Amino acid sequence: MSGLILLNTASAGTLESSDCLVTVSPAEKLKLEYKGANSEIFAERTKAIVENVLKKYGLGGAEISIQDQGALEITIKARLETAVSRACKGAAGQ
Amino acid sequence: MKPCRSMLYIPGDSPGMIQHAPVFGADSILLDLEDAVAIAEKDAARKMVACFLQDYDFKDLIVTVRVNGADTEFFDDDLSEIIPCLPAAVRIPKCNGPADVLSADKKIEEIERANSIPVGKVRIHAMIETAVGVENAYHIASACPRVEAITLGGQDLTADMGVKKTKEGWELFYARSRVVVAARAAGVAVYDTVWADINDKEGLLRECRSIVGLGFTGKAAIHPDQIETIHQAFMPDEKELKKAVRIVEAAEKAKNEGKGVISVDGKMVDAPVVARARHLLELADLYGLERSGS
Repeated sequence: MSGLILLNTASAGTLESSDCLVTVSPAEKLKLEYKGANSEIFAERTKAIVENVLKKYGLGGAEISIQDQGALEITIKARLETAVSRACKGAAGQ
Repeated sequence: MKPCRSMLYIPGDSPGMIQHAPVFGADSILLDLEDAVAIAEKDAARKMVACFLQDYDFKDLIVTVRVNGADTEFFDDDLSEIIPCLPAAVRIPKCNGPADVLSADKKIEEIERANSIPVGKVRIHAMIETAVGVENAYHIASACPRVEAITLGGQDLTADMGVKKTKEGWELFYARSRVVVAARAAGVAVYDTVWADINDKEGLLRECRSIVGLGFTGKAAIHPDQIETIHQAFMPDEKELKKAVRIVEAAEKAKNEGKGVISVDGKMVDAPVVARARHLLELADLYGLERSGS
């Protein structure tokens, strides 16, 4: 999948334990805000997940906020992909 | 097929529950994209289940997915995203006849071919939850080789019949019997509906013993606390197990000696009895029971 365009702000996820709440907005470059009890420990890991998802969807940038409630890498990826997909709704290539 | 006594429903949009699935002790799980997920979260649940299927180690759990019904806007997207992630099976809701199964089979085959997956790899568990579905149970179970199991959906069935679902379950007696016979005739597994009262374990055990007696191969659970009770009901008793050991030993001895007919404890034993004995021994292995014929 490539060449998607973020059209609006969208969120996915919850603040329940083992989940995360991800919000994605259109932006020229990547701006990541990562919060959570262990955000310092997992900062690099989470940045890599975000970069991989943006690359997968062919996105050059995005403003992304993640509130991590102890989510696995799989969960962060799933929430991020859902939020990106929702933010792209109506874009070419959908 | 490995004996599968319990099938635990887990909402597809609940990562906390999905990640803990291997420790609940169920033989299989059913990641639910249908009733357990709000309309607004269908896309999120689908993505969550796909990501877990791709990257999570579920150990030796059998992982199946209940997709949304073919009459919904979500069905095609569910299949397109889930099938390439290779669940053991997808549960198709509201199968009213063989055409519903064949339609799903065709769509799954197209997705398998497009993703270089061997055709037939992802099996179908056809859910029977309408009166017409019950009447067509054998035709549903034998619709195509992809069908691995049929399952009874008691809540929707009783609603369709305009009756109340009770703990005694007499309103489901005919449907259960019909579905079990259909499954056995078609050579597929058969799972019973859920027990809704998670606090009533005595009632659950009573119902489980009843459905084991009818011939069900497994039962769905809606809470991890129900799993132990379900397994308790499927446990072979010691006397039955010892006899099964003697039957299997006698069958193997007869086979080695080129004999077609065997007798155990002075009674003739034929192939279906041997097959049931083998199944009991497989079940016994799940409980770690020692095999001894004496």
